[in-house]
Amino acid sequence: MPLVKNGKIAADIFVHLADAAELPQGGSVLISAARFLENPEGVLAKTAKLGVIWPNNRDLDDLLPYLDRLAAVALVFPSFRDGRAYSQARLLRERHSYAGELRATGQVLRDQFLFMLRAGFDALEVKKESDAEAFALTARRYSVFYQPTGDGRITALHRRMQQRHSESAR
Amino acid sequence: MTSPLQQKIKITGPSIVTANRTVDGAVVYRNSTQGWSTDLADVAVVRNAEQARALLAEAIADDVGAVGPYIAPVEISDDGKIAPGNLREHIRLKGLTIDLLPVSA
Amino acid sequence: MYAYDELDRTLINERVEEFRDQVKRRLSGELTEDEFKMLRLQNGVYLQLHAYMFRVAIPYGTLSSPQLRRLAHVARKYDRGYGHFTTRQNIQFNWIKLAELPDALGDLAEVGIHAMQTSGNNTRNVTSDQWAGVAPGEVEDPRIWSELLRQYTTLHPEFSFLPRKFKFAITASAHDRAAIKVHDIGLRLHRNAQGEIGFEVLVGGGLGRTPFIGKTIKPFVHGRDLLSYVEAILRVYNQYGRRDNIYKARIKILVHELGIEKFAAEVDEEWRAMSDTALVVDDAVIEDIRSRFAYPAYEKLPHMPEELKKAAHDPLFERWRRNSVFTHKVQGYAIVTLSLKPVGGPPGDATADQMDALADLADKYSFGEIRVGHEQNLALPHVAKRDLPALWKALDKLGLATPNVNLVSDIIACPGLDYCSLANARSIPIAQELTRRFANHDTAELIGRLHINISGCINACGHHHVGHIGILGVEKNGEEFYQITIGGRADENAELGILIGPAVPYGEVADVVEDIVEAYLALRERPDELFVDTVKRLGVEPFRERVYATR
Repeated sequence: MPLVKNGKIAADIFVHLADAAELPQGGSVLISAARFLENPEGVLAKTAKLGVIWPNNRDLDDLLPYLDRLAAVALVFPSFRDGRAYSQARLLRERHSYAGELRATGQVLRDQFLFMLRAGFDALEVKKESDAEAFALTARRYSVFYQPTGDGRITALHRRMQQRHSESAR
Repeated sequence: MTSPLQQKIKITGPSIVTANRTVDGAVVYRNSTQGWSTDLADVAVVRNAEQARALLAEAIADDVGAVGPYIAPVEISDDGKIAPGNLREHIRLKGLTIDLLPVSA
Repeated sequence: MYAYDELDRTLINERVEEFRDQVKRRLSGELTEDEFKMLRLQNGVYLQLHAYMFRVAIPYGTLSSPQLRRLAHVARKYDRGYGHFTTRQNIQFNWIKLAELPDALGDLAEVGIHAMQTSGNNTRNVTSDQWAGVAPGEVEDPRIWSELLRQYTTLHPEFSFLPRKFKFAITASAHDRAAIKVHDIGLRLHRNAQGEIGFEVLVGGGLGRTPFIGKTIKPFVHGRDLLSYVEAILRVYNQYGRRDNIYKARIKILVHELGIEKFAAEVDEEWRAMSDTALVVDDAVIEDIRSRFAYPAYEKLPHMPEELKKAAHDPLFERWRRNSVFTHKVQGYAIVTLSLKPVGGPPGDATADQMDALADLADKYSFGEIRVGHEQNLALPHVAKRDLPALWKALDKLGLATPNVNLVSDIIACPGLDYCSLANARSIPIAQELTRRFANHDTAELIGRLHINISGCINACGHHHVGHIGILGVEKNGEEFYQITIGGRADENAELGILIGPAVPYGEVADVVEDIVEAYLALRERPDELFVDTVKRLGVEPFRERVYATR
């Protein structure tokens, strides 16, 4: 399953660790929320880079105290139709200023890439190879965005304001 | 005519698998040579749940050809002529039961 | 009329190209139907009994004449020469081919028409009062706010995969022609004591399997807070709406299960946590949208022009004028409703020829603007009264002047089992038979305002729950049966209808409706007591007795 990170297919430095598997000393791992919360300090101490996979049907509250110490947060799309992780992503990025890797996992398909980028994901575990290869093309599909989200893409409204300003400045 | 989209597989008589052709939405019937036909005369008839499940699975797998397959009843006359088995299938085969506004050619 | 600028058009075109690629990948097999279905729904493409159905958006029910002509073109080129106007101010084409859809969308994009989010689990067409901008006594044109919401909700990355569909409606008049009380979010635009614009916000209204009248979550949200407040509601819904059962996934169920107070508290908590000002609707934002709404340069016209005085002697013209012409906020002008419910015709349909001809009439008599109402009729919103006689003659020739607006034969019906794969029973032939039974206009006028709504299944696309007489198709042993309700209303006094008794078979529905109407005529206190008020006064019992006495 290819990883697209920062717009390109990239090698994944993280390993998905099953709950029963032993935590490698100094490793870069993604573990389940349940495992993490059992012993957060212990896990953080043992790993070099820690990522937590947060379920989409759970509030973020219990994760928030650790955000600035996590290298990655992975959110879940159990079906591409289940859009709960989009809200979680925006809250993490925009409300809680989370600056680490924000990864989309589960059913991550090409036609949702742009929504995911706009919601704040910067890493996507893409289900299909062909979708990953089409990432660059897909990400450029739209140039106009109506609503502000934390991704920094300028909204249509602001572009209009800018146009008006520059027109009246002439 | 409870929408068959909510049906469990329950065969009470001769049945077929029908769907809509992907490219243009035309009504099609699963035939016995693993294809789709617009002609009801070509259709593959099943008579029990096991056969129906198998035919439906084959149809679902062929979603390039047709979309939304489901099992529908048919009536078979004494001389072997196959006809739709309920109002819904009758409408799908024959078209609207209503008069439309006249349109120019 | 809102004028799309280059940015709006660019977005529509980008959407068309994306869908073209998605269709290509579907037809090649690269996308399975399971993956493609949600994508096509997000572009308004359904699978129906005979064919695909294509639902095109008509934002807040407003069309320009070039747009109407382009809809006629699509009907001719890609369909069977007609379209159907819906209860959400959209238009549907019933015979479209998937392979040709991208081209149809491309043709529509050229005049600023799209089909984004007319289906799927996202935010749908923001509907409004079809008299917006011209109704007397309106607080402000609600379409400005509808357009604001349209842009805000279009391709919103957070809310494109909601638990279920989400529908908005806005009204700015005391009399609610937009049925806001049966929408997921209903907005009543009004001014507070300080004269500031804001909205009463209602949530959790909706019909279908479990109908609910919307509840007020906040009596006044200031205009500048509209988008942030809506975002708070959507975020709470996106996170907590049920995803395990599609019949329990609408926001109305969440509101019902939490209770309005708890739901309001959740929304408030989310809203207060929103510190950013990016969503504030300040004056500049509203001005930007308002500036691209063009209003006609109305002439100064007399209240009673000569042409109207002269035409008054013609009883056919007068009947139509009394029935279909409504007061405009500007003196000398009128709002004209065009009935799409001819005797024996399928309700809400218009042919390509009718659309083209109507576009010409709109150019000549209505500043190039047409409206679509949720009762499946059209309207010309800016007609000079002096032009009414000439307009009427032209409309009559086109079959668009049946003087039955708001009367018993002005029936709202879903497509039903003739078209729709969800249906249990047919609705259109019932409607057609009823128009024949009540074809006599004197009788229809005598009966007065009476809304019949017909749905072919519990999904209630015909809004039968809020019909004065509601008819719901069900299936019994493979036969079509119909449940009849009475006393529903969709307006500011919205109420759900009450079942009068056991379902009746297809062949008896028209007889039953005649019996109900006869009972009403016998029981009403005065000729101007409306059917729905007689039901309120007397209850269901006298009608039930009459109908089931011999059944």
